[in-house]
Amino acid sequence: MKPRQRRWVFLAAAGGFLAFYLWGLIGLPGFGHYPGPYGDIVNAIAVAQTHATGVVSAVNFEYRGFDTLGEEFILFIAATGVATVLRHLRDEHDIRVVDEARDRQVPATSDAIRMVTLAFTGPTLVVGWYLASHAQTSPSGGFQGGVVLATAFTLIYLAGQFIAFKRLSPIHFIDSVEAVAAGSFAVVGVAALGLGAAYLANVLPLGSSPGAVNSSGTIALISFFVGVEVSAAFVLIIGELLEQTLVIREGGR
Amino acid sequence: MPVVHTVITPSTVRPFWLMEAFQVTILGLVAAGATAVVLTRNPTRQVIFLSIYGVLLAILFMAFQAPDVTLSELTVGAVILPLMLLLALAKVRRQEE
Amino acid sequence: MSVFPFVVVAWILTVGLYGIITSRHLVHQIVCLIVVQSSTYVLLLGVGYKTGAVAPYFYDIPGNTPAVDPVVQALALTDVVVEAAVTALLVAFAVQAHKRFGTLDPEELRQLQG
Repeated sequence: MKPRQRRWVFLAAAGGFLAFYLWGLIGLPGFGHYPGPYGDIVNAIAVAQTHATGVVSAVNFEYRGFDTLGEEFILFIAATGVATVLRHLRDEHDIRVVDEARDRQVPATSDAIRMVTLAFTGPTLVVGWYLASHAQTSPSGGFQGGVVLATAFTLIYLAGQFIAFKRLSPIHFIDSVEAVAAGSFAVVGVAALGLGAAYLANVLPLGSSPGAVNSSGTIALISFFVGVEVSAAFVLIIGELLEQTLVIREGGR
Repeated sequence: MPVVHTVITPSTVRPFWLMEAFQVTILGLVAAGATAVVLTRNPTRQVIFLSIYGVLLAILFMAFQAPDVTLSELTVGAVILPLMLLLALAKVRRQEE
Repeated sequence: MSVFPFVVVAWILTVGLYGIITSRHLVHQIVCLIVVQSSTYVLLLGVGYKTGAVAPYFYDIPGNTPAVDPVVQALALTDVVVEAAVTALLVAFAVQAHKRFGTLDPEELRQLQG
């Protein structure tokens, strides 16, 4: 089917699809008139039950902890898939990458970029660590903290220090860190089983005041493991993509 | 010990329609941004538009009172996704030489 | 106003689908897929919103302030991060396809089967 015909078939089908989709969406209770009881009940009891003032993280890691375990393993498998697909590429083309590097004139990274990115690496690390460890108090959590931590590592690459980036995140080490963190989430659940409660039940002491750093039992612990796993996954993905594209400069700078 | 203030809900501080107007505006901008991202054919230019679209989405999520999702969308949409896509495009361009 | 967010959701979905179907470059298709995914985030958060309510964090406000739904926020939050990783997998496939077949055009890639 030629592209023009395909475009017209799509427009016809999209018209029908849009009509039914809008019909369904308009049947929802209007925007702003949230009726459902589940959200209100969770808001009412979450702070008292888990001593976590960040209700979204409490939902993520306790009330819906099993779903989060599944999502984290999706992330793990995607990172493994990227590593598998791209590593096969690298074995075949190692020699060609080095040869091309000899002829190429690569401009040095400008001083402004180097200064700004290196200056921002430290604060980004601190912010990422804060986000990953404060899931139960304020808008933070394992997923966001992990991504910000991965950003801190890529800032080092952006400053032109690819060799430093490689040395700080060797592939085998990152692989094992990611696997250990993903497994720890599952192990926390199994540990709850071992103590006689249901899988992934909150069995650690809940702490005295809601919202303190050591409150809310397994929520803080799981959030920390998720943060480590997410950051390792993204550092792995970006490292694999970088191996494919980077020109390794003479002199190893 | 967390400090408890008096109840200051949004409707006691500013006129009721301000939040609605802001939400309608940002929804319109998001729809326009999505159209712009799709209609840009050059992949490199499209990645820049995707970054802007990510920031617009983050502002929309803030308007919907969801700070956690805002944080995720900001870091993912402004750093990770453009970085991955630009690296892939650079690799493809180098293979074509 | 009570249906405008849902209309925007339907629009973003359709526009993204149009981009995927009429695309001539694999990376362009991947970016349009990202746009389609973002429509679901807007839908999730739009369903859970309550007029005049605040974000569900009770660190410094009394516990009975009306707040928006936290469950859909939890879903959208993990969604955003996980789908970035799945996009990375798609990007790796695109790079591999270019290496094997020398082209990133879906039309030509379709003709190369067998």
